[in-house]
Amino acid sequence: MSERNIEAKPQEGIRLTEQQQRARRARSIAIAIALGVLVVLFYIVTLVKGPGVLERPL
Amino acid sequence: MSLTVARIEPSIAGVGDYIELMKPRVMSLVVFTALVGLVLAPVHMHPVLAFTALLCIAVGAGAAGALNMWYDADIDARMARTAARPIPAGRLARGEALAFGLTLAGFAVVVLGLLVSVFAALLLAVTIGFYVGIYTVWLKRLTPQNIVIGGAAGALPPVIGWAAATGGLAVEPLVLFLIIFLWTPPHFWALSLYRAEDYARAGVPMLPVVAGAAETRRQILRYTLILTPVGVAPWLLGYAGALYGIAAVLAGGAMIALAIRVRGEARGHTASKQMFGFSILYLFLLFAMLLIDRMAGGLLLWGHVATGA
Repeated sequence: MSERNIEAKPQEGIRLTEQQQRARRARSIAIAIALGVLVVLFYIVTLVKGPGVLERPL
Repeated sequence: MSLTVARIEPSIAGVGDYIELMKPRVMSLVVFTALVGLVLAPVHMHPVLAFTALLCIAVGAGAAGALNMWYDADIDARMARTAARPIPAGRLARGEALAFGLTLAGFAVVVLGLLVSVFAALLLAVTIGFYVGIYTVWLKRLTPQNIVIGGAAGALPPVIGWAAATGGLAVEPLVLFLIIFLWTPPHFWALSLYRAEDYARAGVPMLPVVAGAAETRRQILRYTLILTPVGVAPWLLGYAGALYGIAAVLAGGAMIALAIRVRGEARGHTASKQMFGFSILYLFLLFAMLLIDRMAGGLLLWGHVATGA
């Protein structure tokens, strides 16, 4: 297949509008921040409780 | 057989829409009452663990709010008060709210169980399940007692806070539970008195819609008369000081006075609106006084230790 044919092929699938792209980017950043907070939280709690986090009475 | 597949548009929901799904104002009251339950507990809790517990309770409350909006989207669309919420306004799909709510609920319960207390995590799971399953899905559209029974979910956060600190239960958090549980009906019925048309249009059998305004006004007074002595109970039981007792008596008196005004209001909704507004202040005041009382007690004890008295 030549390069020319690839260029001529129409784009398939859903194309996001600018608003949809902005919203998706904002959501992605929010998810990244939330996951980062969770990692830091687990790290600090591990320091507080020691490595035996699961070793405690119910 | 033909299969119709609905085309799903890519989401335009912003971060603000997801925050709105979590009902931030309800969350703030949940966190505050949970904090009081946690602080009242007679054990020292490491600040990091206390923060973790409150974060999980907040996220759990947010999850319950999102799942409530997922299920109630049809009702919300028919009520002026809720028509601008993200789902009825078309900014967010119902499926997104469901996925968001389930994810948050799972994280909140698991993290609370792993890092703080399994018992508190179970209570949080029960609270979310009760609010979504019992209140939202089952009772809200079925009976005018919806908010009476459903109020148990809103009353559990101080119990979860206490459980996070101690790993168990006691009389003190159960009294706090009872205060919020008895406070919920007069609070919501005062609101429903001047939103009755909205509820009727949405098909929600709130008390004014089903039994009429006069019966609702009577019930508000009855519940307020039961609530106010229970509001004083922390002082009578000896785990809150005189400052709390005086505040609870005075604020309780104001609640009864307002409930009597609501009962006697023949036309208009001035007293109902005042009752709704003051009821929020009443609950906030009681829990704030419990917090102040405990902190003042702690400072006094610290002073005695520091001076060797």
